[in-house]
Amino acid sequence: MDVELRGITKRFGPVTANDNVNLTIRAGEVLGLLGENGAGKSTMMNILSGLYSPDEGQILIDGKPVDFEGPGDGIAAGIGMVHQHFMLVPVFTVAENVILGVEPTGRLDYLDLKTARAQVRDINDKYGLEVDPDALIEELPVGIQQRVEIIKVLFRSAEVLILDEPTAVLTPQEVEDFFGIVKSLRDAGKAIVFITHKLHEILEIADRINVLRGGRITGEGDPKSLTEQQLAEMMVGRPVSFDVQKAPFKPGETLLEARDLVVLNDNDDIAVDRASFHIRSGEVVGIAGVQGNGQSELIETLTGLMHAASGSVSFLGKDVTHASARERHRMGMAHVPEDRHKSGMIANFTIYENMVLNTYYEDRFSSGPSIKWPEVLKTAAKYSVDFDVRTPSIYLKAGNLSGGNQQKMVVARELERETKLVIASQPTRGLDVGSIEYIHKRLMEARDEGDGVLIVSSELDEIMSLSDRILVMFEGRIVAEFDTAAGPVDKNAVGLAMAGVHA
Amino acid sequence: MSDTTNQQDLMRKLMQRAAPGRAEFEDLVIVPIFAVIVALIVGALIMLATAVDIATIGKSYLALLYGAVGSLNAISETLTSAIPLVLSGLGLALGFRAGLFNIGAEGQIIVGGIAAVIVGFSFEGLPWVIHLPLALIAGAVVGGLYASIAGWLRATTGAHEVISTIMLNLISYRLLDYMLSLSWMQREGRSDPVSKSVVPSAELPRLLTDIDPNLRLHAGIFLMIAMVLLVHWLLFKTKIGFEFRASGENPDAARYAGMRASLIIVLAMATAGALAGLAGANQVLGVLERATPGFSAGIGFDAISVALLGRSHPVGVLFAGLLFGALEAGGRQMQVDAGVSIDLIGIIQALIIVFIAAPLLVRAIFPWGFQKPASGRKE
Repeated sequence: MDVELRGITKRFGPVTANDNVNLTIRAGEVLGLLGENGAGKSTMMNILSGLYSPDEGQILIDGKPVDFEGPGDGIAAGIGMVHQHFMLVPVFTVAENVILGVEPTGRLDYLDLKTARAQVRDINDKYGLEVDPDALIEELPVGIQQRVEIIKVLFRSAEVLILDEPTAVLTPQEVEDFFGIVKSLRDAGKAIVFITHKLHEILEIADRINVLRGGRITGEGDPKSLTEQQLAEMMVGRPVSFDVQKAPFKPGETLLEARDLVVLNDNDDIAVDRASFHIRSGEVVGIAGVQGNGQSELIETLTGLMHAASGSVSFLGKDVTHASARERHRMGMAHVPEDRHKSGMIANFTIYENMVLNTYYEDRFSSGPSIKWPEVLKTAAKYSVDFDVRTPSIYLKAGNLSGGNQQKMVVARELERETKLVIASQPTRGLDVGSIEYIHKRLMEARDEGDGVLIVSSELDEIMSLSDRILVMFEGRIVAEFDTAAGPVDKNAVGLAMAGVHA
Repeated sequence: MSDTTNQQDLMRKLMQRAAPGRAEFEDLVIVPIFAVIVALIVGALIMLATAVDIATIGKSYLALLYGAVGSLNAISETLTSAIPLVLSGLGLALGFRAGLFNIGAEGQIIVGGIAAVIVGFSFEGLPWVIHLPLALIAGAVVGGLYASIAGWLRATTGAHEVISTIMLNLISYRLLDYMLSLSWMQREGRSDPVSKSVVPSAELPRLLTDIDPNLRLHAGIFLMIAMVLLVHWLLFKTKIGFEFRASGENPDAARYAGMRASLIIVLAMATAGALAGLAGANQVLGVLERATPGFSAGIGFDAISVALLGRSHPVGVLFAGLLFGALEAGGRQMQVDAGVSIDLIGIIQALIIVFIAAPLLVRAIFPWGFQKPASGRKE
């Protein structure tokens, strides 16, 4: 099945999300769709799946114009979407999730699970998905859950599959497997739209690439003849530098030292298991690992938000195992939280309020019980300029900013102080190339000025390019350490360590 | 050089306040106004459905208006009814801002009132400049302590404040009944459950008795205005207010910012209770001059509506309190003039809240009052 978008324009009030977009999706082909956040990718895909109707333009399926009235029409026409955030019922089995909404039923509304299981197995065999129809979703790893989402779409006889940032949650090895699945779907004649902002992935998997910027298609090409550099430039509209500028590695004294740290999670299971490491001044330590292997708990313990069950943390030579988050913060520990929406900012607060969320009590912003708002305003405006937070006014609610600008706001708040150690968790998750470049630059500046930097990221590339030393976490333990200062590190070896395979 | 000027230009631009959005104005002003109108219309329909003829309905709404603002006496009554609503509404609004759904204003009013009345009748011969503030402070402190029980339970054990404040309400009712049966509390020579009268030096003086001795407006109105200003300052200008609002909006982010959740919960509950206690003190020192069974008269529950209607903003609470005060004063007139039960006022108040809580419904009923909502969501 071929799908064509012709002259699609979609406006939201004064904002034009899609501006005269033309796009062709062909059967048996992987179309890579690349764009920054807010470039209009999601709007376009929502139009394609029938969630929005375009203000102008047409959708043609196999040459015939169609009119989608609601979200059901897209899938009925054979266009299925696999969302970035899975929509699965955790306590249901794979088969139950797959049939949800289109249950095969017998007499008296009898639920025909047997047929459902058989159908899931058929799809499995056809595309080599290897998913047990009777497994409970909550017991499956993320990579398999994603396959269930794909089975769901295939079960509804989709011919066009839209994959929205599908690799964001996968380990490098899972990504390899996933690419295999995408290829087998393509070879079976499905049309695939692969949305991502990861350049190397799109070069690897796509047969054709379209780049979207500011609601328009700004580039189109053949992955064989394009480089990452060219793609990034099309995406951002200016040359982008991938090489992180680093001063020579000159580690200083030890700033933070963790010894035999054991942390329990909310269910009293061991989340961090006897972790020992140190961070020195002037070095970037990267923690690699698939999400959920204890990194979050480790960071919360280092920053004083969680308490260690045993072991100790010392910072600047002082034992801070029992110090509060604020005490550590005051000592010069900056923390960029992993989930900015949940814990890094308050969407309903203005930008200037967010800029002082954890410094409002300092003498520069308060006198007696009251906050010196004029001072806060001035500082927040300065931070916004310094960190390139793009907004018409700092009186706006932080929730109105784009993800990249929100993150720059959080990073500005954390770095524009006297810092000794910067702990940044997933500092660039979900951000566009331009913002990533900027945030990396600021983190490196902190390192070059003699701060210690600890970065946790599920993006192995990010860890590889920033870190002077890499620690790999698996099931709560630090299972491997790589020294990038000593020589190039084998990415495969790090990936294997992340999957728990010992070298 | 031009770089720095450029930067300063940018900073200046960023510091300009964006014009208040149309949507914000609609939410804060138009929705409440329409909610009141719809509630009055539905109230009329209810009267119609209960076989009240149209002439009487017209008469009752005229009486409502007259009784609320139609004369000096009406205005005095409206303000007198509004004072405790605004005071306890401020406390509740502050709690809402901090993410605490405090149902316990009623109980806090009662214990605050008891404390104020005891101080009010116990010290004879004190000059009023000492006695009156003492009685008011007693009400605020006891109300605050009573509310902090719920805050403390929440902070240390996670017991939800909705449940614990409801239970504290029940305890306070019985506590009041019990205390009014104690001989040292009761009025001399009487055995019915009424407390001793507050001595004049602890009374909130009536303000308009020179014009007409029946006018009940008392000095509590100054207290009310002062508290509106104080709560506004507290919420928006101070560190603790910032912490209240941050924990209310996003407790996780507040915790990450190093704010101490348990301390904030206890403090917010205590402040809310102090304001409710002040409302109780205001009633016994300004209106009743003694404590009687059920003197709280559901003010603590109406105050929840006031706080919600006022969007948990001190100024909003002031206006909402005045509106509810007007409805109450007007309702009494309505009962007298048109013979329509004052319970209808309760219905109208409840309807207002229903419509406020459902802005989309109000927008649907009055499409011309609002900008057309954008179709679909922005990505």
